[in-house]
Amino acid sequence: MERSILHVDCNKFYASVECLHRPEIRNLPVVVGGDVELRHGIVLTKNEIAAKYQIKTGEAIWQAKQKCPELVVLTPNFPLYLRFSKMARDIYADYTDQIEPFGLDECWLDVTGSGIFGDGVTIAEEIRKRVKFELGITVSIGVSYNKIFAKLGSDYKKPDAVTQFTKQNYKEIVWPLPASDLLYVGRSTANRFKNCGIYTIGDIANCTPGYMNIILGKVGYMLHSFANGWDIEPVSCEGNTTVIKSIGNSSTAPRDLENENDVKIMMFVLTESVARRMREQGFRCRTLCISVRDNTLVSFTRQCKMKKYTASTKELADRALELFRQNYNWLRPIRSVGVSCTDFEHENSVVQLDLFDDYEKRMKMERLDTSIDSLKSRFGNYCIQRGLMLADRQLSGFNPYNDHNIHPIGYFKPQ
Amino acid sequence: MSRKVYVDVLIKQDKEGRITPLAVTWEDGEIYEIDKVTGVCKAASLKAGGAGIRYTCQIQSKETFLFLENDKWFVESKS
Repeated sequence: MERSILHVDCNKFYASVECLHRPEIRNLPVVVGGDVELRHGIVLTKNEIAAKYQIKTGEAIWQAKQKCPELVVLTPNFPLYLRFSKMARDIYADYTDQIEPFGLDECWLDVTGSGIFGDGVTIAEEIRKRVKFELGITVSIGVSYNKIFAKLGSDYKKPDAVTQFTKQNYKEIVWPLPASDLLYVGRSTANRFKNCGIYTIGDIANCTPGYMNIILGKVGYMLHSFANGWDIEPVSCEGNTTVIKSIGNSSTAPRDLENENDVKIMMFVLTESVARRMREQGFRCRTLCISVRDNTLVSFTRQCKMKKYTASTKELADRALELFRQNYNWLRPIRSVGVSCTDFEHENSVVQLDLFDDYEKRMKMERLDTSIDSLKSRFGNYCIQRGLMLADRQLSGFNPYNDHNIHPIGYFKPQ
Repeated sequence: MSRKVYVDVLIKQDKEGRITPLAVTWEDGEIYEIDKVTGVCKAASLKAGGAGIRYTCQIQSKETFLFLENDKWFVESKS
């Protein structure tokens, strides 16, 4: 049976929600951007009027202001966006339980078995009207028989529109679209395609799978089947939690990091949050990864194995710093750093004791971390801090644990 | 342009959990009784800026929208 899949995309989500709440700025160019003072000043979303000034998501706010001096810049209000995201999902839940979120503002819905509400397009039209009426924002919806074409459909016509790609019309409509419109074709893949004379989605579909494999490796096979509409990835059920494969935090510093001590402060703040989140999940990790970006925006990542599975803040932070020392030559000051952990085991797993390792001390450190976690959750993140944090309040004065509650997700789920 | 005005609302909540607004206290302290609630639905207020549960109320034989947003009530004021 042919599936009926919807991809619902809230148009200019952050900006739309802000404009709904502030009628006075609805007719002005508006962007939602990070805090300029903290050097997080990039455009996260813009409204339709700002888009006319060629303002792009991801560019610096000063660049956007050069293009449009009367630009209204708002700082993001994530709790509000989360509320709207949930309200939208509540509407989708009236039609199906197969709802798979892709970020805050996008969702796939499988309505194959929702026949009592009508066919895919009917349901899409109803959702579009309801979101507009109940939430006051617009959505664009793609309807198709697979997730990839549904996503292309929601991008095809916006805002406030429904587009259907069927097995009959996809060759005429989807194939002439540029290759970069396809999910997982980013800038560098698109460039590589261009060098091979592949410009459209149709070009990808009409290559042989073997040729795609030569260009891109196994991703080539995947993109080839995407372009032909052979994607059979199911829409996962609402509330299905995916297996966590990594936990990480990164942050742009309020000023450039000039020396090792600065990096140490940042690393400890980040590792504290990462280790705490890991302990909450009941994990210990084996692999530690750091990312560093200098002030010319050149970045790299390095990873290493820990000697033992661990969730100790100090052990992880020390190793992260050691890894940093081995890999950075201080040619340039640093703009942002990140720490992430992967390769988890559960904390209840058996531990191989070691003659040369002080197990007692490990247990003590573990208990100390747990006590600190419970203090922090009861009295706030700043109730107890390392002495190091007081060396530079400006650098240590951020809270990755509470501030970053939106985590990126990938298309492919671990099986 | 409309203005978003948060108001005090006297409500009745029955044993099923249903909420019925009974009276609204305006900014100046004056209390307006709600004669009848003629409709309840989820809706956005484009005029005042917000979204929540919209109660269509008859107050002094005029139709007024009363919104419950999270746990606060607001109305669309004309001034």
